[in-house]
Amino acid sequence: MSLRSPLSKAVGLGSAKHGFSHWWWQRVSAIALIPLSIWFVFSVVCLVGGEYQTAVDWLSSPFNATLMLLFVLAALFHGQTGLQVVIEDYVHTKWVNLSILLLIKFASALLAILATISVFKVVLGG
Amino acid sequence: MQKERPLSPHLQVYKPQLTSMLSILHRGTGVFLALGTPVLVLWLLALAGGAEAYVNFQACFNNWFAQLLVFGWTYALFYHLCNGIRHLFWDVGRGFEIETLYTSGKAVMLISVLMTAVTWYFAVSRLGGAA
Repeated sequence: MSLRSPLSKAVGLGSAKHGFSHWWWQRVSAIALIPLSIWFVFSVVCLVGGEYQTAVDWLSSPFNATLMLLFVLAALFHGQTGLQVVIEDYVHTKWVNLSILLLIKFASALLAILATISVFKVVLGG
Repeated sequence: MQKERPLSPHLQVYKPQLTSMLSILHRGTGVFLALGTPVLVLWLLALAGGAEAYVNFQACFNNWFAQLLVFGWTYALFYHLCNGIRHLFWDVGRGFEIETLYTSGKAVMLISVLMTAVTWYFAVSRLGGAA
């Protein structure tokens, strides 16, 4: 016999109240990354070993800059959700667990903003 | 009486299954790719930093260890991509039959190796042409 109320079962939220959205957004970012990562690998192969100016011209196109930002931000978000699950699975000491999770979130935010500002700087020709 | 019961998993005679190995590899490649994101951001920073910063960034990849890392990231990306698609099929409740699991697992291994090989073939031939 379950002591959960019918409403609690139907809503399907556990004690943390946000389990589904973590799972869902991990999938949404995964699907977005399918075409984006193929585009990214193709682009890197085209730029590898090339001149600075070639790479700048390439990233200066609004189309490439948009896809690059989408790729980096989706990758950072997806990576952060994945690392969180790994930490939650293996690190059981509460304060270590919390410290690493915070570190991952802060590092992802830092990388996301660094990437965004860099791409904008190239696009705007600074 | 209790001594005769097999302990599970009995590691000396434990035969690893393709399915569990691919599952571990999915997590492993995921963590490895996440560790690569700072390098990707460094590339963008170098692009924003000017010609000198970009040349310095490129110079960091003139050694076998860095190239091995990039090769690893290429394979990890394609493996995680292909196996991720396999995961998405499971998410909608498809492909759970044992036979299908093995077929899709082998397909993922084959396609990820092929995609890595094609990518590096083009990258190396471009580098060879430039040099």
